[in-house]
Amino acid sequence: MPNRIVSSIQNIGHRVIESVWRLGVASRFFILVLLKSGTSLRRFNLVIRELYFTGVLSLIIIVVSGLFVGMVLGLQGYETLQKYGSESAVGTLVALSLVRELGPVVAALLFASRAGSAITAEIGLMKATEQLAAMGMMAVDPIARVVAPRFWAGVISMPFLAAIFSVMGVFGGYLVTVVFIGVDEGSYWSQMQSAVDFRFDILNGFIKSCFFGVAVTAIAVFEGYDAPPTAEGVSGATTRTVVTSSLVILGLDFILTAFMFRGVS
Amino acid sequence: MTAETLIEVNDLNFSYGTRAILKGINMSMSRGQVVAIMGGSGSGKTTLLKLIGGTIQPTSGYVKFAGEVVHELNRDALFKLRRKMGMLFQFGALFTDLSVFDNVAFQMREHTNLPESMIRDLVLMKLHAVGLRGAHHLMPNELSGGMARRVALARSIALDPMLIMYDEPFTGLDPISLSVIGNLIRRLTDALGMTSIVVTHDVQESLKIVDYVYFIADGVIAAEGTPKEVRESAAPFVHQFVHGEEDGPVPFHYPAQTYKKDLNLEDTFA
Ligand SMILES: Nc1ncnc2c1ncn2[C@@H]1O[C@H](COP(=O)(O)OP(=O)(O)O)[C@@H](O)[C@H]1O
Ligand SMILES: [Mg+2]
Repeated sequence: MPNRIVSSIQNIGHRVIESVWRLGVASRFFILVLLKSGTSLRRFNLVIRELYFTGVLSLIIIVVSGLFVGMVLGLQGYETLQKYGSESAVGTLVALSLVRELGPVVAALLFASRAGSAITAEIGLMKATEQLAAMGMMAVDPIARVVAPRFWAGVISMPFLAAIFSVMGVFGGYLVTVVFIGVDEGSYWSQMQSAVDFRFDILNGFIKSCFFGVAVTAIAVFEGYDAPPTAEGVSGATTRTVVTSSLVILGLDFILTAFMFRGVS
Repeated sequence: MTAETLIEVNDLNFSYGTRAILKGINMSMSRGQVVAIMGGSGSGKTTLLKLIGGTIQPTSGYVKFAGEVVHELNRDALFKLRRKMGMLFQFGALFTDLSVFDNVAFQMREHTNLPESMIRDLVLMKLHAVGLRGAHHLMPNELSGGMARRVALARSIALDPMLIMYDEPFTGLDPISLSVIGNLIRRLTDALGMTSIVVTHDVQESLKIVDYVYFIADGVIAAEGTPKEVRESAAPFVHQFVHGEEDGPVPFHYPAQTYKKDLNLEDTFA
């Protein structure tokens, strides 16, 4: 019996050490990517190519989801607000929810599952098929040539995608409340305009999405580069990218919100 | 060491963790030679190539390439050295997101400032040398195994290296592609005056094209010689390997307790 207890304690300890060790490896890798970003900046066309794959190809899911989230917000908001006779504030509700929270967070979650997983799978497969080793043997650093451009493309795309998500959401809310339900158009826009603050709402939302962009793509490129070079290894890494990114996005969102919106009504 | 020696491997030891993979390897390869390294799966052939390319560090001993000790070089010097080496990976390792043309042009674009028109001519020349000039616009997933291997060959000679290492270039090829690749290795080595190291299991094909053979077993050079010496060798290990015999110094049976004991027969009849 004591043996079982000892071994389960050992097991826990082993897992903790393992995770901390992995975090250390990931951080070191992250710093390496930053240090080796010179090539990406000098040859920006490498980043532009990846912007197409991570950013442009994520557009459709972002646009459609943004529209629907905005429509649902409009519908739910209207239902609640009209009980208090303040349905004209629905524009404010939709816009603030989107710009402060849902835009950055949901766009980042979608980005993690659409682009993050693709980045992990691509880098992992390049490793499994020895493309990265071949590049190294050709005296080209795979971190500078393959990883860094994908990282920067992800970091650049994320804020734009979040902004597009919010814009589509505001439009979706407008469709449902103004066009279908018949809320006054003037008050939808004007209440929104006066309630949404550039510094507190839009800028903070933008900063959030920048953090999320760095987190998601850093996790995605690390998992791909670190994946065991087998089919199971790559598929496991892809799953880990989505799960880890999602948790990190939600955790970061709480921390950032606590800092940004403390004492602001 | 003569002036002609390109690679010298001296008492090379390497372990993964505590597991010794190579235990005191000595080799010497001259310019213009095609050298085969043979040995069973897991005998450390790929590891040896990685040590020559400097992607891993020996536990002791050294590899000298063109007069420089590979593992003592710093990163920049090592990268400079690797431009003089080409490596053909087992399945080609072509960049799947680049076309055949761009794969061959990759190193020229990364390492030189040649104008695009000259790169175009050079790439087509390299592809012509492997018979695939007409396939320059294809993507890697449109190529057969043999074609992919040939494109990879064209890519590895892109910057006219002094050495090319081939890791099992014949694996999974049909007999025609197999002899095409074999002959290409010989012809390119002679035409470009390079040195080639061919890691392979394919005894018959490689004995036709190589100048010298090393057999690795249990981390040491078990035998070496010219193809003629190898064919006529009476050494049991070489004989078994060259003629593909099932049992011999490399046993058919994985070590086990006695068969009788495994079947629980001893108790009954004791
Ligand atoms: N990265 C690694 N970590 C630990 N062991 C390895 C690693 N790579 C290869 N090995 C082991 O080293 C031995 C030699 O491998 P390798 O050189 O690839 O053999 P081969 O002769 O088939 O090319 C094998 O037993 C293999 O399991
Ligand atoms: Mg091997």
